Amino acid sequence: MAEVKCITADPKGVLTGVHYMDGNHAACEGALAAGCRFAAGYPITPSTEVVERFSARIPLVGGVFIQMEDEIASSICLQGAVWAGLKAMTVTSGPGMSLMLEHVGLAACLETPCVFVNVQRGGPSTGLPTLPGQADMQQCRWGSHGDYEVIALSPSTVQECFDFIIDAFNLAEIYRVPVFFMMDECVGHMTEKVVIPEADKIKVVERRYTSKPPEEYLPYKPDPDLVPEMVKAGDGYRIHVTGLTHDEKGYPVINAQAQHEMVWRLVDKIEKNAPKIWRYEEEDIEGADVVVLSYGISARVALKAIEMAKERGLKVGRMRLIVVWPFPEPRVKEIASKVKAIVVPELNIRGQIAREVERIVEGTCRVMRVPHAGGTVHDPERILDAIMEAVK
Amino acid sequence: MSVVVDSIKENPVEEFLRTDRLPHVWCTGCGIGTTVNCFARAVKECGIPLDELAIVSGIGCTGRVAGYLKLDSFHTTHGRPIAFATGLHLANPKLKVVVYSGDGDLVGIGGNHFIHAARRNLDITVILLNNFTYAMTGGQVTPTAPLDSIETTTPYGVFEENFNLPHLAASCGAVYVARWTAYHVMQVKKAMVEALNKKGFSFIEILSPCPTIYLRRNRLGSAIDELKYYKEHSVIQHGADTREVGITVRRPEKIIVGKFVDIEKPDYLTAMNKHLSEVLGDKYVRWGE
Repeated sequence: MAEVKCITADPKGVLTGVHYMDGNHAACEGALAAGCRFAAGYPITPSTEVVERFSARIPLVGGVFIQMEDEIASSICLQGAVWAGLKAMTVTSGPGMSLMLEHVGLAACLETPCVFVNVQRGGPSTGLPTLPGQADMQQCRWGSHGDYEVIALSPSTVQECFDFIIDAFNLAEIYRVPVFFMMDECVGHMTEKVVIPEADKIKVVERRYTSKPPEEYLPYKPDPDLVPEMVKAGDGYRIHVTGLTHDEKGYPVINAQAQHEMVWRLVDKIEKNAPKIWRYEEEDIEGADVVVLSYGISARVALKAIEMAKERGLKVGRMRLIVVWPFPEPRVKEIASKVKAIVVPELNIRGQIAREVERIVEGTCRVMRVPHAGGTVHDPERILDAIMEAVK
Repeated sequence: MSVVVDSIKENPVEEFLRTDRLPHVWCTGCGIGTTVNCFARAVKECGIPLDELAIVSGIGCTGRVAGYLKLDSFHTTHGRPIAFATGLHLANPKLKVVVYSGDGDLVGIGGNHFIHAARRNLDITVILLNNFTYAMTGGQVTPTAPLDSIETTTPYGVFEENFNLPHLAASCGAVYVARWTAYHVMQVKKAMVEALNKKGFSFIEILSPCPTIYLRRNRLGSAIDELKYYKEHSVIQHGADTREVGITVRRPEKIIVGKFVDIEKPDYLTAMNKHLSEVLGDKYVRWGE
């Protein structure tokens, strides 16, 4: 099995120091620190500052930004860059994400390591271009057709926009999947202190290039962790890569057996490695009657509601998802067995994550949705109401 | 018989092919395979190391070309091979990147990418096989289908205007534009050599018989009939005004073929490096050189 090869960040891309910047700019700096040297994008509010900054910074670092003709083009252009050997991302928001979904499927099928940044706004359609939402959380998991798995992370602070996008790039390389960086308009446009460490303190995962000679290399033969080793165009392996269902050679095979083998592996390589991918933050879970489970900006707003509940003497814990997909099912199940209720505030009204919690806890405890159509963040009082209702 | 065996062994394009994928999917009489043969010979003549050549296709019959060439080959999504090729080329400009796909793919669903890649003058070669139909899906109308063409989605005949592809490419900024047919194998090969050697967006349209679908449904005869038609009705006019080369009806009296455009203009990366060097001076990290 190919070991995960870590190096330290290339100092050229690392703007070491203490900064005051917004989440979009911090995400750009994180991407550069992670080794991203190619971005393709199309302007869309509220995400555009990420690529605006990238277009200003990359000529000084070495790499390419190209503003493509649309999001469809952006979402495949970056995959061409990856197959030529660079780390690459694209950045968008709801309407653009809808256009990119075709190539989320392509990235899943070709196992192209890459990062899709979605600075979420209110939808559907053009919706609320300048205001927040968290209503694309299921889209990023299921949006393209067919069966596959992805990884998604959600930052709550500007510092995390820097820190976690590095993790997003690293996870993309380890598992060769499209990784979603699910920001929202608030986190993207909020300005806070950001500490960018020295380059040698930043861990960067290298691509899983094969050491096998061309005659022994099979492009889609997985390692024991179910992830295949990669090569890039120009290395002399003369590979074939196709979005058709393919065998270990990468050749199209149009039958049920090949489909079974390929699709199960694409799903299993995330599901079976999920314990290594899950990431969440917890506080005061032991002895809690209620746990507030949230992510992104809503997790941050929930802190106020939890504080108010504690002032009322309630025993409230919190769980914040950092990696949203794959979902930390066993831990949520375990928590459900100990509490009266799990309260899930999020900026969508159909319970995109609450529904996942409901599915997992199977009625072990109450799951209280705190829906919000987006456009602003929750009033903490509404989250508090749900907590109070839960302990009745 | 030993002569036959020897000639097979010496097939000059075998090293370009994934022989373990043969037989291919193309119908008897289809022109795609002929042009692939031309392409292999053109690459050989250019002397491009095969390890430095990448081919990108979209979806459809011509979209399968990438799958049979023993190169770094990418079979991407419908209409998007040029956008994929853009990333491949920009990320590693040392690669020679060729897009090989059909009319429906490149100028139907992929039209936006085609015009912008030509506008940017990306240093890639686009080879477009025009068979006037979406053949893989059974023969629906494409943006190149001439008036009155019978397609499965225009059972009473086409009434839309179609694209004049050399004019489209030229007016969007392509520095090399040629049109030939599957009959003109030597000219196709020569055009491919020129296109591969050209710095910037080079474009070749190749008219190609689809006997199974387009010719049959339009009662235009066999593949041989079509090649004879190409032979007898093609008029070579190098440097022709591309506004005048449209194919507006089925079987027009003349098909204008030849090399229409061959001009010099800085390609995207040359322009990028020049401009950013001028603006940013020594701070600019030149790319791809």
